Amino acid sequence: MNTLLAHLPALQVVVPMVAAPLCLLAGRAGLAWIIAFLAAAFATVAAALLAYQTLHHGPISYAMGGWAPPWGIEYAVDTANAFILLLVAAIACVVLVFCRTSIPKEIRAGREHLFYCMYTLCLTGLLGIAITGDAFNVFVFLEISSLSSYALIAMGGRRKSLTAAFQYLIMGTIGATFFLIGVGLLYMMTGTLNMADLSARIPELQDSRPVLAAFAFITVGLALKAALFPLHLWLPNAYAYAPSGVSAFMAATATKVSLYVLLRFTFTIFGSEFAFGNLPLLWVLLVPAVLAMFAGSFSAIFQTDIKRMLAYSSVAQIGYITLAIALANPAGVQAAMIHIFNHGLMKAALFCAMGCIFYRIGSTRIDQMAGLGRQMPWTFAAIVTGGLSLLGVPLTAGYISKWYLVQAALQTDLWWLVILIALSSMLALVYVWRLVEALYFQEPVPGREAVREAPLSMLLPTLLLAGANIYFGLDTRLPVAMTENAALLLFQGPGG
Amino acid sequence: MSGWLIILAIGIPTFAVPCIWFLGKSPNQREAMTLISAASLLVVVLAILPLVLTGVPVRLALVEPVAGLAIAFAVEPLGMIFACVASFLWIVNSVFSIGYMRGNDEPRQTRFYVCFAIAIAATMGLAFAENLFTLFVCYEALTLSTYPLVTHHKNDEAKAAGRTYLGILLGSSIVLLLPAIIATFVLTGSITFTPGGVMAGKVGPVVGGILLFLFLYGIGKAALMPMHRWLPAAMVAPTPVSALLHAVAVVKAGVFTVVKVSVYIFGLDYLRELALADVALYLAGFTIIMASIVALRQDNLKRRLAYSTISQLSYVVLAALILSPISTMGAALHVAVHAFGKITLFMAAGAIYTAAHKINISQLDGIGRRMPWTMGAFAIGAISMIGLPPAAGFISKWYMLLGALEVEQWFAVVIIIGSTLLNAAYFLPIIYAAFLKPEADDGHGHGHGHGEAPLPIVLALVTTASATILLFLFPGPALQLAGMLVGR
Repeated sequence: MNTLLAHLPALQVVVPMVAAPLCLLAGRAGLAWIIAFLAAAFATVAAALLAYQTLHHGPISYAMGGWAPPWGIEYAVDTANAFILLLVAAIACVVLVFCRTSIPKEIRAGREHLFYCMYTLCLTGLLGIAITGDAFNVFVFLEISSLSSYALIAMGGRRKSLTAAFQYLIMGTIGATFFLIGVGLLYMMTGTLNMADLSARIPELQDSRPVLAAFAFITVGLALKAALFPLHLWLPNAYAYAPSGVSAFMAATATKVSLYVLLRFTFTIFGSEFAFGNLPLLWVLLVPAVLAMFAGSFSAIFQTDIKRMLAYSSVAQIGYITLAIALANPAGVQAAMIHIFNHGLMKAALFCAMGCIFYRIGSTRIDQMAGLGRQMPWTFAAIVTGGLSLLGVPLTAGYISKWYLVQAALQTDLWWLVILIALSSMLALVYVWRLVEALYFQEPVPGREAVREAPLSMLLPTLLLAGANIYFGLDTRLPVAMTENAALLLFQGPGG
Repeated sequence: MSGWLIILAIGIPTFAVPCIWFLGKSPNQREAMTLISAASLLVVVLAILPLVLTGVPVRLALVEPVAGLAIAFAVEPLGMIFACVASFLWIVNSVFSIGYMRGNDEPRQTRFYVCFAIAIAATMGLAFAENLFTLFVCYEALTLSTYPLVTHHKNDEAKAAGRTYLGILLGSSIVLLLPAIIATFVLTGSITFTPGGVMAGKVGPVVGGILLFLFLYGIGKAALMPMHRWLPAAMVAPTPVSALLHAVAVVKAGVFTVVKVSVYIFGLDYLRELALADVALYLAGFTIIMASIVALRQDNLKRRLAYSTISQLSYVVLAALILSPISTMGAALHVAVHAFGKITLFMAAGAIYTAAHKINISQLDGIGRRMPWTMGAFAIGAISMIGLPPAAGFISKWYMLLGALEVEQWFAVVIIIGSTLLNAAYFLPIIYAAFLKPEADDGHGHGHGHGEAPLPIVLALVTTASATILLFLFPGPALQLAGMLVGR
């Protein structure tokens, strides 16, 4: 047992990685699902254990294959990435339950096992990005998660799914390449890829041009992967045309992991002095963030496909997270991480609810959904809960996010940001309410037969996610304790 | 120790929600559930009353999601007044609802009673809130639970009204009120309602003035112009909704919050140092006069009553901003007094609609002879609005005027007297026409002989009209609570 615990950081990634080819070999949908689910469940338990350990006993360093860092690949787990691991694994696990019923209806028959293979691979990639303490290793896992997600989106079954996947492939590859160029430059200058090592060596090279260029490449590359406005163009199509389970999983985790890497590089490796003191990162992040908040929400208001609407809403929400990062104080970092978590919960719940609707009526267009609120009351309840959380209504997780964000903004001299945050929340009110009104007030589309509530196997995960939005609006001990510690660690750097 | 009373006060209407829902198939049992819950709620609230009067603290802390932000309740005099009024009127209004909803064959009655119970639960939570955060949560819950009631008829007019309703109430609370609460928390470190306020010595006069305005306009339910538009819009709802929610629970939640914030967050002494407090007073005075003038021009009875409500709400704001303890007592009393008077008027409007299907004032000539009880109650409500004895409206206006004279706030004196004349100008002609003008032929030649409204309706409005008189004759407990609010 103890040896198992000691190797937990490695198992966190290795188990889903091994599960992926097993899914492929299983060949049948049912078996593949069981393998994928066991892997995701294991990952969740492992992440929870790691979170517990880091919170109570401090960071963990694990030398991959016994090669001591900085030569070997180090898996460095602290509260910051344990928190992300927990989010990714738990969401993957819950959404996987949802997929069992929804996926056969959304992808071409006979490909389910391929889907679960890609899904597990994507999970591997995202967990790997979060857990590794090696800059190049981040790139490797970034590619694993990206390539598998291109495949997942393309499985969406509509013609547009292919173009959406291709668009994402182009943009994602550019992003990953930029990141790689940045890491390459850093390696050239410092001779190391270990994050802890990098952070120790970069201060003396602060003014060298390659380091500056590396920073620029890494920031832009990650901003692309995180879909920060105006580099978000791949995101709406990708989320809209992917199978709903994939939309839920990716919206909750994929961009969030990139934002975590941005946090790690900005605050730990380069240091906030360098990024915000020597370089104007404040404005580089702040302006797109504010634009994202408004442009994303505005675009969301005018969408007819609700999955697209939610995707644009994600663009806006990523804006909030980036805004919190740009504040460059521990409170801001904490707010960013809390919102990463809470936004994951709300978007997963909402995309799953859309999956339930798609399962019954075969569409996510707002005009097709008219009057569904009475026919699918539980799904409707999940949508309302997720929507309220998105708005930041008190007693939902979204409120906690807004509270920390506003607090962080008030600690700087950028108090006017509070007004912008409030105004952009109003835009969210418009698009959320538009959806509620359609579901609840409009008469059902003539000619369509009344539908029943979605099957329980889809409904339960959806309600679980919606319920989490309420739970984490009331009991914030876990996210607050984790992120409080994480914000301090990110600022100090791994060396302390 | 007595925290369980608070749990009961919020729990009873909450518990009623699923019960009403499941009894939806059998209307009689469903309505019995509403009445039983309302009666038990009143018993609980009346059980809290002696504790508050003798100064026993009644507190309850539930959860604390973020340090300093707790969901906690504590009963104080003003909340006690509000809770008493709301829980008593829930019974009366439920009786009225039964008559009205059945008399008019309204659809979706189960949903109606469910939302009503949620709204009452939110109102109880709001009345007993110990801090701004809890109050804000209940405030939003009240907005959301009343939205389905406003849009009850589901037609285009109802939907448009619902948008205005939600847009203004949610919008102002998120854009103005929430930032004000957060700023208060950041600046003073506390958002707990504290006697004497939390601002003194911590917030400068300029920032304090800005915060005052954020609060006044952020509390859209107080309907200070130009935040008032949701109230006339909400009149598309069935009349019981207008009666209990848009004459009592929702609007009183607004002015209640204003009084609470001015007494327990700003503190009267601190407000006196704010130059901007005077400006706010002028704005409240402007709303009183303007809303009265608009009311004069409304022919639709419910709309006239709505504008009258806007004007009467600003009395409370004005009285709070006169900043003398006596006028603050007047503000607290007016919360109760106006509730009884205005619910009577709305119920009368509902009775007229149910019995005669008339909605405009110009159609009411001679109706007093057909519906003597209804119009008699209407007259008492109107007299209370104007502020004449023997109706309770006299008492609250008396205290407001006394307070204004005491601190020589001549502007407020002029406004109160001037608006009294305006009130008389838009209420007395209705009473005159109803009783003294001859009944007009309705043009279609079928002057069908309608009589009084159904018994439950008449019973309800006679009860509230009597309460208006009784409150004038026996104002003791209300005065004592109001006195405790300002420490007298």
